[in-house]
Amino acid sequence: MKKYFGDLITGAKSLMAGFAVTARALVSPVVTVQYPREKIAVPKGHRGHPYLVPDETGRPKCIACGSCMRLCPSQCITVQGEKKEGDKRKYPSAFIVDYTRCSLCGTCSEACPVAAIEYSDEYGLAGFTSGEFVLDLLHDLSMKENTPQVY
Amino acid sequence: MDLLSNIPPHLIRMVIAVVVVLGFVFANATVLGYLERKLAGRFQRRLGPMEVGWQGILQMPVDGIKLIAKQLIAPDNVAGALFYLAPLVALSPVALPFLVIPFAPGLQAIDLDIGVIFLLAMISFNTVAVFLAGWSSNNNYSMIGAIRAVAQNIAYEIPILLCVLAVVLMTSSFSMRSIIEAQKNIWFILLQPLAFIIMFICSMAETNRSPFDLPEAESELTAGFHTEYCGIAFSLFMIAEYSYMFVNCCLITTLFLGGWKGMPLPLGEYSSCIWFFIKAYLLMFIIVWCRWTFPRVRFDQLMNFAWKYLIPFSLINLLLTAILVKLL
Repeated sequence: MKKYFGDLITGAKSLMAGFAVTARALVSPVVTVQYPREKIAVPKGHRGHPYLVPDETGRPKCIACGSCMRLCPSQCITVQGEKKEGDKRKYPSAFIVDYTRCSLCGTCSEACPVAAIEYSDEYGLAGFTSGEFVLDLLHDLSMKENTPQVY
Repeated sequence: MDLLSNIPPHLIRMVIAVVVVLGFVFANATVLGYLERKLAGRFQRRLGPMEVGWQGILQMPVDGIKLIAKQLIAPDNVAGALFYLAPLVALSPVALPFLVIPFAPGLQAIDLDIGVIFLLAMISFNTVAVFLAGWSSNNNYSMIGAIRAVAQNIAYEIPILLCVLAVVLMTSSFSMRSIIEAQKNIWFILLQPLAFIIMFICSMAETNRSPFDLPEAESELTAGFHTEYCGIAFSLFMIAEYSYMFVNCCLITTLFLGGWKGMPLPLGEYSSCIWFFIKAYLLMFIIVWCRWTFPRVRFDQLMNFAWKYLIPFSLINLLLTAILVKLL
């Protein structure tokens, strides 16, 4: 008999507690972000695909030393550099990252002596073929066309 | 005008009532479906439907069009006619209970002497449709859902009747209108709080609403009795479910919340139906609130709750009411 009424009282109490929880949720602000129309800021430390950091003039800071290419454990970076007439230093003439093989380990940016390669805050890449993910970072720097679509 | 004057006026009144009620059934299901989804979102701190129309207000009509446009697929070896009959059996009787509900003093199609009994009989009709659907679907999930629905309805019908009886003992009338008139001074929720609570819980179980939605328990039975139904057949079940839910709310409003009684409104006699709708939709809100708060009960818990708690308590309530009515 004691259990019978005890169950009833604890049950009723827990139901009321449940009502209180959902009532609080009803009056609290909505947490949904309407994604394509609203976006939340990418958190610091997010690892997007590697990108080349530009200097003040808009050209890459990269000196085409090839450290990243040599140290990359997935061997997904290809750098070619040349020193053109009038330039004070070497600039990369090609900088290709095969993003399908990149494991985002960060060795390239750690190895870079001039901090010219960093993670981007891109998170919505999509494409139809794996070839679309072979990123030409130099092209990327000048214009965004060659990269896969961003959703 | 000659033609119109030859038609007996009560026939015209019946036709108008039926047309209005049918329109109301579909409009009500649309509105309730939208509110349910919107409130479900807000209870989980989501937005709910947002894409179609302002605040997703056209979501339900669009869903309706989608469901109507779909092909009706019947699996092999269904019990032919019965399979297609079940959604119709679910929907066709929903108009009938609305005919005896007094929304306002003059806003009632027929004031039956046995209005409450008629209404309860029509509400129970849904069980027949659910069982028919489950039995004719040739699907184990459907069958188990249907069996559960029947067992659950037998268990929960008893406390409902006992609670209605407690109110009827006080008014000595089964007519919906005279029950409301009897609440002129005090609503019966204050005299019969226990009966109100039991009746409310049971009407949720009666209409297969969560947390008592075992006949369509998604996690165990796919979709229960309507697993094999698609397109318009499925939506007929849904419209019927929402309509029965609203009818149950109307019944509770009539029995316990004083029906159309409220502060007088300046817009004439019929406008007091606003009070009726406010009360009924408030109950609907609580039903939705329950659904998004409580997890589904297990079947043994469901049965224990009915037979060990609700039925004894409603019997005691009925006994006390009888004694008090006799003494006072």
